[in-house]
Amino acid sequence: MSLDIRYPIGWMFSLFGVILALFGVFADKQIYARSLGININFDAGVGLLAFGIVMLLLAWRGSTKAKAKAGVEPDAKA
Amino acid sequence: MNLTAIDWVIMFLYFAFVLGIGVFLKRFMKTSTDFFLAGRSLPAWVCGIAFMAANLGAVEVIGMGASGAKYGIATSHFYWIGAIPAMVFIGIFMMPFYYGSRARSVPEFLRLRFDEKTRALNAISFAVMTIFSSGISMYAMAKLIQVLHILDVPLAKMGLPMSWSFHLSVFISALIVLGYVFLGGLTSAIYNEVLQFFLIVAGFFPLVFLGLKNVGGWSGLKTLLPSAFTHSWQGMTNAQNNPLGVEWFGLVMGLGFTLSFGYWCTNFLVVQRAMAAGSMTDARRTPLIAAVPKMFFPALVILPGMIALALPTPQQAVTVNGMVQMQTASNAGKGLIPLKIDVATGKPAIDREGRPVLDYDLAIPNMLLHYFPTGILGLGLTALLASFMSGMAGNVTAFNTVWTYDIYQAYIHKGGSDKHYLHMGQFATIFGVLFSIGAAYTAARFNNLMDFLQLVFAFVNAPLFATFLLGMFWKRSTGHGAFSGLLCGTAAAALHHGLTLPRGDLVGIKGGWITVVHNYPSEMAQNFWTAIWAFFVCFVITVGISLMTKPRDEKELVGLVYSLTEKPREEHLSWYQRPAYLGGVVLVLALVLNIIFR
Repeated sequence: MSLDIRYPIGWMFSLFGVILALFGVFADKQIYARSLGININFDAGVGLLAFGIVMLLLAWRGSTKAKAKAGVEPDAKA
Repeated sequence: MNLTAIDWVIMFLYFAFVLGIGVFLKRFMKTSTDFFLAGRSLPAWVCGIAFMAANLGAVEVIGMGASGAKYGIATSHFYWIGAIPAMVFIGIFMMPFYYGSRARSVPEFLRLRFDEKTRALNAISFAVMTIFSSGISMYAMAKLIQVLHILDVPLAKMGLPMSWSFHLSVFISALIVLGYVFLGGLTSAIYNEVLQFFLIVAGFFPLVFLGLKNVGGWSGLKTLLPSAFTHSWQGMTNAQNNPLGVEWFGLVMGLGFTLSFGYWCTNFLVVQRAMAAGSMTDARRTPLIAAVPKMFFPALVILPGMIALALPTPQQAVTVNGMVQMQTASNAGKGLIPLKIDVATGKPAIDREGRPVLDYDLAIPNMLLHYFPTGILGLGLTALLASFMSGMAGNVTAFNTVWTYDIYQAYIHKGGSDKHYLHMGQFATIFGVLFSIGAAYTAARFNNLMDFLQLVFAFVNAPLFATFLLGMFWKRSTGHGAFSGLLCGTAAAALHHGLTLPRGDLVGIKGGWITVVHNYPSEMAQNFWTAIWAFFVCFVITVGISLMTKPRDEKELVGLVYSLTEKPREEHLSWYQRPAYLGGVVLVLALVLNIIFR
């Protein structure tokens, strides 16, 4: 299929990750009373960003592989 | 509810991505196969996640959290007994016929295997059911948004009355689901289900992490809850001794066999996801891949419910920074679970023995509010909304396919061009969503009618698996046999329901409307046994009538029946790619989980 779903997943999670991590760095620390004193925005943000980047890498690797395959095939037929 | 700008940003970004996927896919929707079957070209892991996520509707996330609070870890039977074995079975044994027959839908398979009337019965009942399920999902979401006061601040800013919260929620969710399904068809629905799946994991994982940390891990939770809540098989020898009120035989046969196989192996909503796979092997791997996250999902949805029950019932926990939030009746509830408020009187609801009823459905939402500060709260709520939309979109895509192929093309307009059916599918998406909105409002106004309809659907679904089992594995079974078996099975389900009653319930919608000949210890036990009787009657009648009617020519049944179909070749695959091995691994894992949490 023409759209590799890993791209939108990767972009969305990276974006969420950056937003949450930055918010975790700059926001008032008082709000973390409810999350047991853990800066859950920053921690979750970093986790989401890491997941997003892995997805983007997988998608990128997939598309270069597909390109390489597409480049080889016409030669093989000829 | 105190949402700040960052929570809204996350929610809107999510909606933008969801619709963006639809817009991007629009240009690839050229044929009806693209629209209804995703061009039969998706990779197995995508179909697998969608196979699982299509079922992640309101029932799953909110309902399983609620059951976790009500019954404890025994709720995991709905996964390890009530889903995994059926998913392995469809992947290994049934998918070769669904995918190999090139049927475009489950009802169409019934026409190929049996006859037109069996298909019509299945197609029409299924189409009606999907509309109501999607409407109920929409209703549940709008209700939740109302209860949590999510839209109160924006509504106040726009100068609209608070009662619009419900209308606005229904309208917006319908518009978004309509948008992405209309534009990108099944591909769009599946892609969004994958996105939603990861979002739900991302939103719920931190919740479980914080909750477990707070109660001192699994071992801490064990000390806070009664032992039956943390041992899934405790007291299962006798229905009186466990929270579910079911004995092991009813559980394994009713839930584990008839209900679960009936759902996972015959429901087009999930089977459609596997039909979208790019090859036979991928189609067979789809449910097996789905089984892996399914197996571990109890940790994300059941555990929060259990933690919500175990936490001390607080008042100060809802007061942060001098802001008081969401603390109405929770001080009188149990843990984080508030008392259920009777809509008619505005007072706490009371059961027949005079005890107050807890509103278990709020277990997960209250956990989110309890632990999540602004920021990640937006992520958690978005995950919750995503689960509702995923359930809705799954029903809408199943509806537009069955409507177009099995009702419109079969009985209203035969022989149209492919373009014609593509447009019909897009049109069906629109009126499917409109009907769902109607169903959502019906649910809001006539609660009893909805209970009644769900009961009727349960009767219709109960015998289905017997029909498919005989159809795929017994070449002698005939269309007349299947059709009469289904009707008798449904009648048997209704009859059983009319003759039995869960203990402590009133005669009526709960059963016993003919006369009460047997009392079950719980409603769940009654449901399971209804399904067992329906399956049994359908099986016997189908066999009996089949033997009395003329069998079909064996040549016509090649590719539809096990004994007449060549086994899929998998010698070229390494062992870990073979469906049978994967299925074995999945079953062993499920067994290990059962042993750990026995």
